[in-house]
Amino acid sequence: MPALERPLIYGNLRKPGYTVDLDCYLRHGGYEALRKAVAMKPEDVCKEVETSGLRGRGGAGFPTGMKWKFLDRKSGKPAYLVVNADESEPGTYKDRQIIYRDPHQMLEGIAITAWAIQARQAFVYIRGEFQHGAKILRRAIEEAKAKGFLGANILGSGYSCEVVVHRGGGCYVCGEETGLIESLEGKRGYPRIKPPYFPAVLGLYNCPTIVNNAETMAQVRHVLAMGGAEFAKIGIPGDSGTHIWGVSGLVKRPGLYEIEAGKATFGELLFDLCGGPLDGRTFKAIIPGGSSTKILRFGERFKGKLPNGQEFDWALEDIPLDANSIAACGTGLGTGGTIVLDDSVEMIQALANLNAFYAHETCGQCTPCREGSLWLSRISKRIVAGGGRDEDVPMLLDIANQVAGRTICAHGEAVAWPVQSAVPKFKDEYLESVRRHRDGTAPASPQLI
Amino acid sequence: MSLKPETLAQADAIVAQYPQARSATLPLLHLVQEDRGHIAPEDEAWIAAKVGVTPMQVREVVTFYPMFRLAPVGRRHIRVCRTLSCALRGSYALMAELEKALGCARGETSADGNFTLEFVECIADCGCGPVVQVDHALHENVTPDQGAAFAAKVRASLSDPAYGKAAPAPGTPEWNG
Repeated sequence: MPALERPLIYGNLRKPGYTVDLDCYLRHGGYEALRKAVAMKPEDVCKEVETSGLRGRGGAGFPTGMKWKFLDRKSGKPAYLVVNADESEPGTYKDRQIIYRDPHQMLEGIAITAWAIQARQAFVYIRGEFQHGAKILRRAIEEAKAKGFLGANILGSGYSCEVVVHRGGGCYVCGEETGLIESLEGKRGYPRIKPPYFPAVLGLYNCPTIVNNAETMAQVRHVLAMGGAEFAKIGIPGDSGTHIWGVSGLVKRPGLYEIEAGKATFGELLFDLCGGPLDGRTFKAIIPGGSSTKILRFGERFKGKLPNGQEFDWALEDIPLDANSIAACGTGLGTGGTIVLDDSVEMIQALANLNAFYAHETCGQCTPCREGSLWLSRISKRIVAGGGRDEDVPMLLDIANQVAGRTICAHGEAVAWPVQSAVPKFKDEYLESVRRHRDGTAPASPQLI
Repeated sequence: MSLKPETLAQADAIVAQYPQARSATLPLLHLVQEDRGHIAPEDEAWIAAKVGVTPMQVREVVTFYPMFRLAPVGRRHIRVCRTLSCALRGSYALMAELEKALGCARGETSADGNFTLEFVECIADCGCGPVVQVDHALHENVTPDQGAAFAAKVRASLSDPAYGKAAPAPGTPEWNG
């Protein structure tokens, strides 16, 4: 059996003795892809990325090359590159590894991208809590500038690009690209009203701006290193490259596993790589791609048609790990941050935990999200506290239905999707929880709220 | 108490990094908070003048972001992740242990001013839960049964002024303080 993992992004940082300094990166072929890129025309670099089929790694999976195409090049305003390293989707912890253990890989991708879109200024918006990560990155930028990989006159090309590391303030909604831009402008992180739909037209300081995820930058580096057509051969048509699966929760070996898109299944990930459930437990459900993606229940059957016309009938364990297959099962690959729940978990507590997160993180601009997230949190908490009513369970769903699609940004969907997906799948258990907590007969389970 | 000269000296260089001065609001708030431990009204006025906005426009930023605070915290700021991945691994039970061992309730500062204990939302280290960030130092896999020993370690760190401040040296995979 071939190895399930294919480390591309984590290829170097997993090597024993690999360090964050420039010399080590150069010994591993570092900045060769940038050398290649600056010898090409910027539009040809864009074409390579388009050919590669690379999709963004921030959760939405938007084709990177297409995003770059939307850049308004006619306005005469400067273009900006903003790298979203505000990793804050619960269950997601892949970018942290890149920043802390292989910062130059991301910086090389940034330099290539900046060249491709002809940005002379790039920002890395990094989580405020990554204090050390910001220091590591700043040190790496200084090293790269000293060798001409960043800063003035990059590799003698006459082209210059400065990179500034900007720390956030611990706010989930600043991971939303327009909220991030507002935050970078020194304001509250209120997501902007759409249209304009893309910051590529009106972004930072009302200038054309490309916002890309931190891992996407690292992927771009590999696109250039091997060429777009070669990169497109990794994975499957429509989802190329590797995905980093960050498994957390109740499995034997939680961790980060980098797998070629579509070349393994959830069963292989959870049983072969993660070692299966803890002793004496059985798996109950997973939240596949960060807490905002819809929950999947073990024992469910997933039937339907893939975009290529192929019909499928899968158990959860059979679902291939690629964007199209997972989307066809009614959820999303998201960030690949898979949270695993087993039979010890009381599902209403898991839901109450996530509801509390979204209620804490709503920015408060839009009434449906501000009020809806708070009520979802309150109602699910009162069920656990023994004050629930039978009508609370359908009410959760009713509230969620009034939030999704009625807000400025996707936080509304993030609030609603866990409820909208979990209530139909675990309705009987929720109703039993309402009664048992009310009667004081709820069995012991790990406290999640 | 006023800000240290080295804090003041860094401010202009930070502002100069940005095409528009207002972008320096968050970095200056971080800078001041590192120095003073919290954001005082005079800091808001000082930052407002540096970036060309009103003090109220700085205040609305301070109150929007969970990391900024208007009042001091204890000498060690202990943040336990409570979001689902960490909760599944026992962060609620861990919190109960830490409350006992440190003598303060969640959301509060101990009477001796040594510890502020808080639940926070996901800090992006989900595979190593429960995780606890103490000042700048991240601690992974702090299970509830290690709660008391962990609290003792944090107490011992009070005598180390550099605790958690230094960035990991190049070549070390270690950032856990």
